[in-house]
Amino acid sequence: MSKNLRFKSSKLVDETYRISFKFNNKTYYGYKGDTLASALLANDVHLVGRSFKYHRPRGIMTAGSEEPNAIIQLHDNTSRTEPNVRATEIEIYEGLVASSQNCWPSVNFDIGGINNILSPILPAGFYYKTFMWPKSFWEKYEYFIRKSAGLGKSPKEADPDIYEHKYIHCDVLIIGAGISGIIAAKMSAKNGLKTLLVDEKSFLGGSTIYDNSKFSKINNQITSSWLEKEINEISKLENLEIKTRTSVAAFHGYNFLLARENLTDHLPITQRENKIRHRLLKIRAQKVICATGAIERPLIFDNNDRPGILLSSAMKKYIDLYGVACGENNILFTNNDTAYETAMSMVQRGIKINAIIDNREEIDSKLSYEVEKNNIKIFKGYTVVDTYGYKRINGLSIMELSKDGQKVIGKKIKLSCDSLGVSGGWTPAVHLFTQSGGKLKFREDDQVFIPNKYPSDQLSIGSCNGDFSLEEITTNTILSVKKFLNINIIDYKTFEIITGMNKSKRNIWLLPSDKILGKTKSFVDYQNDATAKDIKLALREGFRSIEHVKRYTTTGMGTDQGKLGNMHALGIISETAGTKMGEHGTTTFRPPYTPLTFGTIVGRNVGKFFDIVRRTPIHDWHVANNAKFENVSQWKRAWYYPKANENMYQAVQRESKAARDCAGILDASTLGKIDIQGTDASEFLNRVYTNAWSKLAIGKCRYGLMLNEDGMVYDDGVTTRLDENHYIMTTTTGGAANVLGKLEDYLQTEWPELDVYLSSVTDHYATICVCGPHSKKIVSKVIPDLDFSDEKFPHMSFKNTKIGQIKCRVMRISFTGEQSYEINIQSNYGKSVWEKCMEAGKDFNITPYGTETMHLLRAEKGFIIVGQDTDATMTPIDLQMDWIVSKKKYDFIGKRSLYRSDTIKDDRKQLVGLLTENPKEVLEEGAQIVADIKKSPIEMLGHVTSSYYSPNLNKSIALGVVKGGKKMLGQKLIIPMENKNINVTVADPVFLDKEGERLSAKL
Amino acid sequence: MFLINCPFCGEREQSEFKAGGEAHIERPKQPTELSDDEWAEFLFMRKNIKGVQFERWNHAHGCRKWFNIVRDTSDDQIKAVYKMGEKPPVK
Repeated sequence: MSKNLRFKSSKLVDETYRISFKFNNKTYYGYKGDTLASALLANDVHLVGRSFKYHRPRGIMTAGSEEPNAIIQLHDNTSRTEPNVRATEIEIYEGLVASSQNCWPSVNFDIGGINNILSPILPAGFYYKTFMWPKSFWEKYEYFIRKSAGLGKSPKEADPDIYEHKYIHCDVLIIGAGISGIIAAKMSAKNGLKTLLVDEKSFLGGSTIYDNSKFSKINNQITSSWLEKEINEISKLENLEIKTRTSVAAFHGYNFLLARENLTDHLPITQRENKIRHRLLKIRAQKVICATGAIERPLIFDNNDRPGILLSSAMKKYIDLYGVACGENNILFTNNDTAYETAMSMVQRGIKINAIIDNREEIDSKLSYEVEKNNIKIFKGYTVVDTYGYKRINGLSIMELSKDGQKVIGKKIKLSCDSLGVSGGWTPAVHLFTQSGGKLKFREDDQVFIPNKYPSDQLSIGSCNGDFSLEEITTNTILSVKKFLNINIIDYKTFEIITGMNKSKRNIWLLPSDKILGKTKSFVDYQNDATAKDIKLALREGFRSIEHVKRYTTTGMGTDQGKLGNMHALGIISETAGTKMGEHGTTTFRPPYTPLTFGTIVGRNVGKFFDIVRRTPIHDWHVANNAKFENVSQWKRAWYYPKANENMYQAVQRESKAARDCAGILDASTLGKIDIQGTDASEFLNRVYTNAWSKLAIGKCRYGLMLNEDGMVYDDGVTTRLDENHYIMTTTTGGAANVLGKLEDYLQTEWPELDVYLSSVTDHYATICVCGPHSKKIVSKVIPDLDFSDEKFPHMSFKNTKIGQIKCRVMRISFTGEQSYEINIQSNYGKSVWEKCMEAGKDFNITPYGTETMHLLRAEKGFIIVGQDTDATMTPIDLQMDWIVSKKKYDFIGKRSLYRSDTIKDDRKQLVGLLTENPKEVLEEGAQIVADIKKSPIEMLGHVTSSYYSPNLNKSIALGVVKGGKKMLGQKLIIPMENKNINVTVADPVFLDKEGERLSAKL
Repeated sequence: MFLINCPFCGEREQSEFKAGGEAHIERPKQPTELSDDEWAEFLFMRKNIKGVQFERWNHAHGCRKWFNIVRDTSDDQIKAVYKMGEKPPVK
């Protein structure tokens, strides 16, 4: 049954290069240069998909990126599979495999087609209205709704392709290489401006490149030939870079644009190996010229969506560019002269035109006379009222329009056809212009929105600016580009234009029918199945704003963003509501203009390049010793070091016990370190920490708590006074950058009078923490010259010393409650000093421990971790850390907030210890804490923040925040879990060695 | 993605900067003397204007300096850039 609808000698197609491809499991042939759509049409395949809601058969409608219907699944069942690819854009290659979406079991027989019969009970908002009640049924509905939602299948495997990002800076960016874009590019480049010209198609010239009738001439040459010469000329210009297959996705402020350059999608899969598939271009242009053209409007009449119905301009393009006829028995339906150009192309190729239906009563153009001369019947003042054929149009009926265009009159005439071309005039493609913040105005004459106010240094030219005739385009483009670029050298003198068209148009947004509206299916949004009836229903139900109507009816919410039908929706709304077009504005056009794959957006930032990874200088040792790692902000921190068959719990229990019984060693290099210098350094610390710093002696360390101005705990750490005007502050690992930023902020903006300088030295030092009863013996072996006696080197003090020739700082501070020394040494010596400590500690069972053991050990001591036991709603008072808040200091960051009416309340959540009734039972972190489970609803008092089994205490311990917890010591509370209730007792948060005796070794 | 003319480094892309909210809200010199309401006014209340707004920005991935800009929040046009401590340009 397959007919050959291919003609010889077309512009784009190379007939010597045959390509086979598969569509819906059937093999077809096309030629190099074909799009999937043109190749399917050449094989007489119109039916390519089913519509979203009613599952109506749908065919190819357009020849470009505005396509609503012919969206297909590419590369079935491979890792490259991609849904919603427009068949009108994808160029065929050997081995292409594609299939229809949104149909089951097949596009020819689709069970969902029942929705078409049920459509009277599936009006706009059907889902909102129906599935709201009874409330408890939602879970049952959801299963079925989810199944039918969405278009196509997403890939299940990782994308095998390579993508990249590239920055481009240019003087002038020109978007669209139609006739106006080509003229502008030549003017710009010839005047020495660095120019970039991009077009989404694989070829240059836009629609003018097939404007080849003898009625369209520039300077006595057929228009398309003239343009070809121009293209030939500009391709040699040095200042001009041309990128085809490059679609601008987004136009942001300050002339920043994103474009996708498609590099391999047209190649056979075998030729794509190791090549970049898409390049995301990040373009910063001094000036931008939009020459994005216009999109032909369909016409809105009953059953205007059957396969075989195309835009008339698309039909012309398939004939002239690809040598493909869309049918053997064609009808054209129009309200303007565009369709006559299509008719002439058909006449030239000998393709049969059955009739032309024209809304207009009078037609007066050279082109239409020429068409009439060819014995083609033109029905003037008529409209199509219905079409026939299920999977392919096979006929239609027409009636005469009344004078006012509101009704149809007279007798119905039936005509047969296998293809219908429609033209409702043109809509300027202003999407990118409005994305950039541009404001539109409505032009009453021909009912179009055109650019009005430019938000940045940019210009719209050609048909996207509302210039539709060749004369307007050429004249206005040259004038406006000359002024916009402020240039003098103009190659173009005068244009002599001959055109067979005139501008008359009879615009009727919704064409009348002999049926009542409720019985018609006049599609406005093809992809989402929104009809004129739905829009009117929305208005009846009280929706007025275009944005609301859009969401209620889903008009314009498909992957095509309603590029075809949005104007009709606006028109129908204003007609129905009795308002003026333009008053409603348009819906917001959002990026991307056409869909992008995630691969393009993320570029090279995948796999190990997904995020920055920071490793400590001792990292390799941890890897070699079987450490498991944990991500702490960007750092990889050793988490625990399992031995043989140990699981995490067993490893952590062993490490924790060793740290208290003999010795432990921790890589603490990730802690933030800020070097603070200046004559006002002490005063500065007084202001940023809650406690007092002026009297801290040189060589001493102090723990500090930093608040936000709202009084909530922000960060903590030990700061050491190295010299009179020199401190080193440590921060939490994750907070380092933010703390530095915050301190800089205060220094630069609030206290510029302070003489203080801050530098981040986090990466400059490796920090090795040796703790436990044998720690002193171990560090003494590593640094034999240093006096480690308690008298000379007490807890909370520091020493400058040397290991061999290498200077280092040793702090005696403790986050575990054990006697503990931190050796800070230049990063590149970190690993060797660590190894020295391991060697020195061999006889004392020195045990490397990771962050999990560190957390457990500090929890035994009730030390908080900012961000785990706090969450930006905890004051130091809530944390039972009143001791660190200076009463004497006049001011510090957050002080005033500590006695706001809210922060002094007794029933705030406060940090407490929790002990389980059964000492073996370990609570879940995050579990809710309640007092009374009989009362409904149960009052939530707080939650568990830290929980461990302590091998040193032989019982389960936990920290949690509880409303009014401070006064609850000894009180019983309940942790309700899924299958049980766990009884706990509120305890002191310090579980071990409250007196601090372990800080000095007894061994 | 707008361009900001850092007063210390020159014109750079927005991604190098960090926004710091409304400008010219001075931290009270004597917070202890303030009532809860007065303190709350400083702590929480921000204008969030649609239109011309004075803002603090930090060249976080550059010179780390804080400075002020005057920006129209409706179209992101930056009317002026000035250093901390300098007088804001009159509207």
